[in-house]
Amino acid sequence: MLEIKNLHARIAEDGTEIIRGLNLTVKPGEIAAIMGPNGSGKSTLSYILSGREDYEVTDGDILYNGESILELDPAERAAKGIFLAFQYPVEIPGVATMQFLKVAMNEQRKARGEAELTTPDFMRRVKDAAEKLKIDQAMLRRPLNVGFSGGEKKRAEILQMALLEPKLCVLDETDSGLDIDALKIVADGVNALKSPDRATIVITHYQRLLDYIVPDSVHVLYKGRIIRSGDKSLALELEENGYADIIGEAA
Amino acid sequence: MNMQTTMRFTAAETALVEAFGAQFGDLPGDGAVAGRRDRLLDDLKKAGLPTRRIEAWHYTDLKNLLRTVPDVVPVPAIDPIAPVVEGSKVLSVLQGEAHLKSSIEGLDITAFKEKLADGSAVTGLTALDKDDAIGRINGSFVRDGFAITVPANAEIEEPIEMQVLHGAGQIHTRFPVSFGAASRATIIERHQVVTEGAALVSSISDVVLEDGAEVTWIILQQQGAADTHLGQIRVRLGANAKLRLFVVNAGGKLVRQELRIDVEGEGSELTLRGVNLLGGESHTDVTLVLGHNVPHTNSTEIIRNVVFDKASGAFQGMIRVAPDAQKTDAKMACNTLLLTDDGDFSAKPELEIFADDVVCGHGATVADIDRNHLFYLMARGVPENKARAMLVNAFVAEIVEELDDEKLVEALEGVISTWLERHA
Repeated sequence: MLEIKNLHARIAEDGTEIIRGLNLTVKPGEIAAIMGPNGSGKSTLSYILSGREDYEVTDGDILYNGESILELDPAERAAKGIFLAFQYPVEIPGVATMQFLKVAMNEQRKARGEAELTTPDFMRRVKDAAEKLKIDQAMLRRPLNVGFSGGEKKRAEILQMALLEPKLCVLDETDSGLDIDALKIVADGVNALKSPDRATIVITHYQRLLDYIVPDSVHVLYKGRIIRSGDKSLALELEENGYADIIGEAA
Repeated sequence: MNMQTTMRFTAAETALVEAFGAQFGDLPGDGAVAGRRDRLLDDLKKAGLPTRRIEAWHYTDLKNLLRTVPDVVPVPAIDPIAPVVEGSKVLSVLQGEAHLKSSIEGLDITAFKEKLADGSAVTGLTALDKDDAIGRINGSFVRDGFAITVPANAEIEEPIEMQVLHGAGQIHTRFPVSFGAASRATIIERHQVVTEGAALVSSISDVVLEDGAEVTWIILQQQGAADTHLGQIRVRLGANAKLRLFVVNAGGKLVRQELRIDVEGEGSELTLRGVNLLGGESHTDVTLVLGHNVPHTNSTEIIRNVVFDKASGAFQGMIRVAPDAQKTDAKMACNTLLLTDDGDFSAKPELEIFADDVVCGHGATVADIDRNHLFYLMARGVPENKARAMLVNAFVAEIVEELDDEKLVEALEGVISTWLERHA
């Protein structure tokens, strides 16, 4: 589903290279965890996958279902089924949450040549998905993310993910700032979306989230490259020994 | 003799003087009104149209910007149009003439022409200061409008729309409106082009809120791309009166809207909100002169500007706090979304505070669309154009939603999104 080949990328503004020869393959149905210390390029990778303009790919390629997505803008990538759950979802005053959800869902449908949702159908989908994530209707009446607590923002991200039904989900430090109850709700939301044709990349600093979202593969990112891959036991090893040993081996 | 004393008239100044001469016998009014008109025109002749050297007109050099003045043309057939807020009661002024079928039960409404004819209008035909070009032009040329009295304790449920509709030519209107003690009403002062061609419009509203009156007053300006609009609202707030003044500029080639507000009663509250949508090669100026003249009064002012194309704009916000106006609380903000390298917007806040126990603040920002916001929307599949339009809309919608009245909000959001669709 996703093949990242010898990817090199830098910050467009100052040319700082962040991703330095990254290779990664994720298959349909797979949950891949990407772990690594601060500054290893985890968030950058999530932005590059979703097409943020602030980064430039200087070498290598990203293939999604066999096609390069490097020339696609974020909206086109989203319409093809790539979803980024933000580490820090932005607050946008003046944009009503419901209006935003409707526009996003319908624009993606339009881009795929599907019919737009009717209002009752849209309302029903939102209501069902919100209930599962314990999202209050009052929250949905507020402007997008405005005044949401950290936990509410993360739940709202997962709500969007559930409604948009992406094929490739990228969760960027979704566990940061969540207490254990909120973490469980979010993890349940992610697990509920698990399906044979949907892949998920879980980017995290800590093993904690992986107790609830169990990965099929674990990859350690350091200085812009994957320096080690393994199964879920690798995450436990990292939890016990820290990153130092693995980094030492790779150096 | 000093050579400076002979001033050269611009084409527009000459045209104004000639238009006055040509119409003089025909302008409505008794002898006192005629005398006042003549004096105001004379003052205009002496001072000339204001230039950038006049502080109050620094950002809007009327002498240079007003190139020509359209001829006074015969009244074309214009019909009233549907109100912007459904269910409003409508008073129409068609090509500068009050449409006499207009009346609203429970309100005392008179065509302004009658006030001119009986001379009672003369007290309002004034310039507020030596630089009040709008007061002079309007006082010289005004033909009609509506004088409205809302009785004390009256509660007018539906909005009252005063629609000033016009085609090419000169339109000079006046709206003295007084709100009796503890009355409540919503007024929509709507300036709207309906047929092609350049127009010069001047319009002054003289608004008095008696003690405890609560009023929402919306100025909705949607003039044509060739029109000059010179608007002024003169407001006096009594004790415990509450005025929400909402200004939307969404049209015109050369626009100056002055807000001259005197807070004269303790416990009163002014909420000023403005949305300026600027496009093409237009110039739009909103100038506020607000006097907090007594203790214990509040005001907040938020102006939001969106600049496209080669448009320019200015907001001047003068707040004067009188020496004994203690406990004044005034906050002013002017935020601009500058979406083009060829456009500009100037913000000039001025606080003149003569009291020592007050809270007064102001702030101004100029920015492009927030890249983080844009990325977020696009990452959810919203194409760039649509995402930009949503964010521009959001920038002004935040202010509109404060009106907290579903019908008003919906109507104004409709006006704004229609304008944005045409310009984005």
